[in-house]
Amino acid sequence: MIPAEFDYVAPSTVEEAVRALRDAGEDAKVLAGGQSLLPVLRMRLAAPSTVVDLGKVSEMRGVREEDGNLVIGAMTTHHEVVRDGLVNEHASLLALATRTVADPQVRHRGTLGGSLAHADPAGDLLAPVLALEGEMVLAGPQGRRTVPADEFFVDHFTTAVGPEELLVEVRVPKHTGWSAHYEKFNRVAQAWSVVGVAATVLVEDGRIARARVGLTNMGSTPVRAHGVERALLGASPTGEAVRRAAERAHEGTSPGSDASADADYRQHLAEVLTGRALATAAGV
Amino acid sequence: MPRITVDVDGTTYTDDVSPRTLLVQYLREQLGKVGTVVGCDTSNCGACTVHLDGQSVKSCSVLAVQADGHEVTTVEALARDGRLHPVQRAFHDNHALQCGFCTPGMIMQALDLLAEDPEPDDERIREGLEGNLCRCTGYQNIVRAVRDVSRQMRPGAGPAMEHSGRTPAPRTSTEQADTRVTGGQS
Repeated sequence: MIPAEFDYVAPSTVEEAVRALRDAGEDAKVLAGGQSLLPVLRMRLAAPSTVVDLGKVSEMRGVREEDGNLVIGAMTTHHEVVRDGLVNEHASLLALATRTVADPQVRHRGTLGGSLAHADPAGDLLAPVLALEGEMVLAGPQGRRTVPADEFFVDHFTTAVGPEELLVEVRVPKHTGWSAHYEKFNRVAQAWSVVGVAATVLVEDGRIARARVGLTNMGSTPVRAHGVERALLGASPTGEAVRRAAERAHEGTSPGSDASADADYRQHLAEVLTGRALATAAGV
Repeated sequence: MPRITVDVDGTTYTDDVSPRTLLVQYLREQLGKVGTVVGCDTSNCGACTVHLDGQSVKSCSVLAVQADGHEVTTVEALARDGRLHPVQRAFHDNHALQCGFCTPGMIMQALDLLAEDPEPDDERIREGLEGNLCRCTGYQNIVRAVRDVSRQMRPGAGPAMEHSGRTPAPRTSTEQADTRVTGGQS
């Protein structure tokens, strides 16, 4: 299948890209890695008048440190995130979750920013960025603004990015020394998550000093499991503590039912997978 | 129509393409490189896998205009003077195909995985090939072929060598044994 015709622009700076987007009007689509957009175009689920390709915007690629944060360019590919030394050291949860995205070919092309802006509730990178309290930097005609992850994800495939805006980078506070695990449940290789659990903990003096847990595909947006996090604080990292905390994983979730799983099964899975994710992260 | 310049299998092409042209269509229909096939057309099966700047991609999920200024390697670049590339030879020797439709993509992805990890165990081979579907073999012989060739090929014989315009020539079993002994990065 071949996409419907569209005009194509390939700007080389963020400013040019924002201008291109404004000039193209509301019917434009932004092309990052294209691993979700191209299948959508080919199946004619979308037929934008203009595609703005960010592939030549080199400033949107790469990882750097800034004011205690990691700043990850939106066009950094999954493959680059998985291998990046800074990400592995200061936000290992994100590196671990990114390893589970699709397959090697898709990880070579797909980008962090593209996945987040696409905002598929089954996408594996939303929950880790939420759990790590990431912030999205958006560029638009009025300049740049920063949106925290818990305000960025609005609904299925809907984010705070305005029609004339671009997601240019993701700022993630350093979680140096935290251990992490992403537990993904899917039926076959390269399938989307039925449910996924992103967990990262900081163990100090034999106690869980801090904990962050995010859930994939447990609602129209990623869900932060605050109840689980609270239950872990100050606890010794034991199987019992993890099991008790994981019992609260369903709180505040509103998963859908589909061909892969019913809502109540997803809630059951969230508890089981949270237990596994925490056990691995905490080294239980 | 945008004009693109792409290096494909060592030859530079400059062409006008419609923005909606997929890389795989450009390769097959405009350049006649029909060794790369279209399988599922939904980014699942990996039959259309080629290398873009030395990394495997599904060419049905890349626009030809996105390849502008880049280097593409297809399965057609592998055999030299009628002699199969070691990965192709291993697929042949291990009966790693039946209908053969997934094979061009399997071979290109196998090269990518061997470039990342020259001595993968079976689990790593299966993970490395998880973006490629085969409906005939049940994968056993494909895994066997990759395991087999990983023992024959020098580390770095994948995309890195394509970049330099060289593709490892098949070796005799004696030479393979020598390579194995002397081993190491070269």
